[in-house]
Amino acid sequence: MRRSIPFLTGLRPFGLAALIATSSALAAMAQESTDPIKLTLHDWTGQLITTQLMGEVLKKAGYSVEYVQADYLAQFPGLESGDLHVAMELWDTTARDALDASVATGNVEVFGATGMQAKEEWWYPIYMKEQCPGLPNWEALKEPACAEAFSTAETAPKGRYLGGPVTWGGYDEERVAALDLPFEVIHAGTDAALFAELESAYQRTAPIILWIYDPHWAPAKFEGEFVEFPPYTAECYTDPSVGLNPDAAYDCGKPFGEIWKAGWVGLKDKWPGAHKAIQAFTLDNKEMGLMITEVDLNGKAIDAVVADWMAANEARWSAWIAQ
Amino acid sequence: MTALSAPETLSPRPSLIWGAALSLAAILWLWGQTVAPFAFEYPKAWQIPAARWIGGAIDWLVKDAAIGPIAFSDVTRFVATLIEQPYSAVLSILSTGLLSGEGSSAVQLWPPLPWIAVLGLFALLGFYAGGASLALTTVICMGFIAVFGQWQSAMDTLASIIVAVPLAVAGGFALGLAAWKTPWLDRALKPVLDLMQTMPVFAYLVPILILFGFGPTSAIVATLIFAMPPMTRITTLALHRVPDEVHDLGRMVGCTPRQMTWRVLVPSAREPLMVGVNQVIMQSLNMVIIASMIGAGGLGFVVLNALRRLDFGTGLEAGLAIVALAITLDRVSQALARRSRAELRQGNLIQRHPFIAVALSIILLSVLLARLFPALQTYPDAARLSTSAFWAAAVEWINITFFDTLEAIKNAILLGLLIPVKRFMLSLPWVAVVALLGLAGWRLGGWRLGALCASLSFLIAATGQWEKAMITVYLCGIASLIAMAIGVPIGIAVANRDRAWTITRAVIDTLQTLPSFVYLMPVVMLFRVGDFTALIAVVAYAVVASIRYTVLGLQGVDPRLIEAGRAMGCTDRQILTRIRLRLALPEILLGLNQTIMFALSMLVITALVGTRDLGQDVYMALTKANPGNGLVAGLAIAFIAIIADRLIHAAAETQRAKLGLGQQT
Repeated sequence: MRRSIPFLTGLRPFGLAALIATSSALAAMAQESTDPIKLTLHDWTGQLITTQLMGEVLKKAGYSVEYVQADYLAQFPGLESGDLHVAMELWDTTARDALDASVATGNVEVFGATGMQAKEEWWYPIYMKEQCPGLPNWEALKEPACAEAFSTAETAPKGRYLGGPVTWGGYDEERVAALDLPFEVIHAGTDAALFAELESAYQRTAPIILWIYDPHWAPAKFEGEFVEFPPYTAECYTDPSVGLNPDAAYDCGKPFGEIWKAGWVGLKDKWPGAHKAIQAFTLDNKEMGLMITEVDLNGKAIDAVVADWMAANEARWSAWIAQ
Repeated sequence: MTALSAPETLSPRPSLIWGAALSLAAILWLWGQTVAPFAFEYPKAWQIPAARWIGGAIDWLVKDAAIGPIAFSDVTRFVATLIEQPYSAVLSILSTGLLSGEGSSAVQLWPPLPWIAVLGLFALLGFYAGGASLALTTVICMGFIAVFGQWQSAMDTLASIIVAVPLAVAGGFALGLAAWKTPWLDRALKPVLDLMQTMPVFAYLVPILILFGFGPTSAIVATLIFAMPPMTRITTLALHRVPDEVHDLGRMVGCTPRQMTWRVLVPSAREPLMVGVNQVIMQSLNMVIIASMIGAGGLGFVVLNALRRLDFGTGLEAGLAIVALAITLDRVSQALARRSRAELRQGNLIQRHPFIAVALSIILLSVLLARLFPALQTYPDAARLSTSAFWAAAVEWINITFFDTLEAIKNAILLGLLIPVKRFMLSLPWVAVVALLGLAGWRLGGWRLGALCASLSFLIAATGQWEKAMITVYLCGIASLIAMAIGVPIGIAVANRDRAWTITRAVIDTLQTLPSFVYLMPVVMLFRVGDFTALIAVVAYAVVASIRYTVLGLQGVDPRLIEAGRAMGCTDRQILTRIRLRLALPEILLGLNQTIMFALSMLVITALVGTRDLGQDVYMALTKANPGNGLVAGLAIAFIAIIADRLIHAAAETQRAKLGLGQQT
């Protein structure tokens, strides 16, 4: 990242050393472009970690890497035009439409899955179990007393379920109707607003039920559970006759989603080695959860967490760039 | 409504016309539902597919449009490289240092200016422009940024501001000058400026990204579009206001047209022109958050990232760093403009240019010292302050202690005011609203204005956005009224008290430049997502305009008139209501106008807390990369703004004519 280097020893020795180091590394990849590969940074910790991990691995392989701060969804025109090259976390659950549209232009290519699974579902803090003893089974939510416990002045006697931003989709209105839940769906405008409400309620041990996704710091910081709806099947979403309610679709829980890597289609020709390394990159939810907790809850710097992972997993990342 | 009646010369009594029109509308509203359902919900079959057309046009523009062999996007990319040159030069001085190569393999040939040097230069500039007190202000502001660990990001932001502001000022001034010289251009430019100012940035972000490439350049272009209109408007207005005597004087001494413009007119319009510069700086800093979403990085990114983690303290510190930059730049530029040209100094080179000599020695000395003490090059981490823990604890305390009280207040306002008004607005038949707007336009400003109001509001209905438009009007309307109810009394209270006004000015400058995101999330914690939270955010931003213009109007009242009033034995109250407020009315109405504009410009932010208005459409279009939908919703917002603006202007003119104040140009 752009950060000036404290200047103690004067300019020349440092500059020379860096020059030698980079040029020898570059010699190994002489056939590839020396332009920097631009990776996009968004505004949540998990993505910053994933991207910097990839960036560090590419640096080890001798590539020049540049991080560009970009909005999650506004980045697509940049990826299509080749102004940006790699986006490391595109969630099935939130960026599917934008990614599909972008791939359809022929200028963006999916570099495979990251190996992490996006889990998203209705979630409640653990103290709510006292008022709704039947949880996490979804049928507990049908009890009028339970729904009332989740209600506010505007929604009473129905419960208030705080859904994600409308742009996330999720079919919660349909789910409420299909399963006949006495709840009203209120949409938060952004992710930050969603978690601001959770933090507020948790501080007061006040009732709340809302949309939470994982990997994220919230399930690590707050104690709670996901509601267990009837398990998701593809037919449940498309065929009304499948599932508990014979007349309605969406009478089941939400699907797990892949988290994809994607980027500019020209990457393959310009930096073939990097293309292979990015395709080979995988992580799992558990590793990611641990790293997010280190950063967001224990206050460690992202650079340090990334460096720890690199040190502990040398064999893995060496294999990615060895191909 | 009847109070705003038109000139008496028209034959039927105005109250009669309004009475008839309103009763017709009421009849339609009460009993029309079954007879004429199309009047309530615009039939889908008649809709104009504007989103598809605009989307297609944008697609063509960015992909196929070409002049001969040169594609339109090549031209814009060329412009982007032109902007990028000065930007990367400034960036390397302030932030990255001189680099060879790109990306992570770049080698730093020379470090950026040490923070102590930048601080020193700002202090010197402050001293040069406004003496020791201004120097102290700049040191406090820049010191704040360093102490709270925002230096690096602040320099990134400063670099793009340093490039964007002069471009916006120069461009805005040139357009304003041209519009002043050629009346037809003035007329043609007016609607364009309205669109530039009222269209939410999100609506045109996607096309800009495609045309100018992803990164700081696009952010600068978006900033230019957003920040230029006030400068253009104010330039034209200021040049029109230059008294005839000044023109005569210029002609008498035999000025050439060039001399007339630069030596006579511009200096005599300096005061209002500086208001324009102030607005450009404020607007540019307003764009910092959005600019960071498209690759500009800097303080905006810190704010977004901090709030995503609900780290209010860091968000607030970065937000206040933006404010500190704004205050520094604004006060220094104001002082520079006020500073009269110093007499030429005698002596050798150093004696003739003492400030440049000091500046050079500050740079030289600090670079040397920074080599010895790295803490002077990069502000040391160990000496940073952080208020994160404090703010987290404060918000938690307020949340736990006062939530129930606040919830009760919120529920009362929500159930007693907001929801009934919203239901009422949504139940109105669009046919009646379009007709009444047309009538209001006709009565206030003639058939042209009537036709404009009716056709713009009809277009909103015809593009299938009526419901969301009504929610927009309800939210912004209530917010504007509340902002005026708060702002005007505050303006009256502080206008003639220097000290109070100085403090108020600092507060409203802060409100205008502090990204609303910073206080939006704590507000969500206390009031949950929804219309009430949105209302608070809109009022907090829009109240700035109502205070500013009220004060402007009251301070402009001729003191001799107040003296005369006092001599005639008026009480303080009479002086306020009979003289000061009455004479300041045009400015206060302009303030109402600006309050509405400010409120509308907050719509995209309110979409982030879950309102269902046009702002949400714009935001969704951005997230789905659908420029057609975004621009159509953006145009609808602009139409609402234009209708409000024109009607208020016409009302002000009517009022002015009644008071015998004469026409305002």
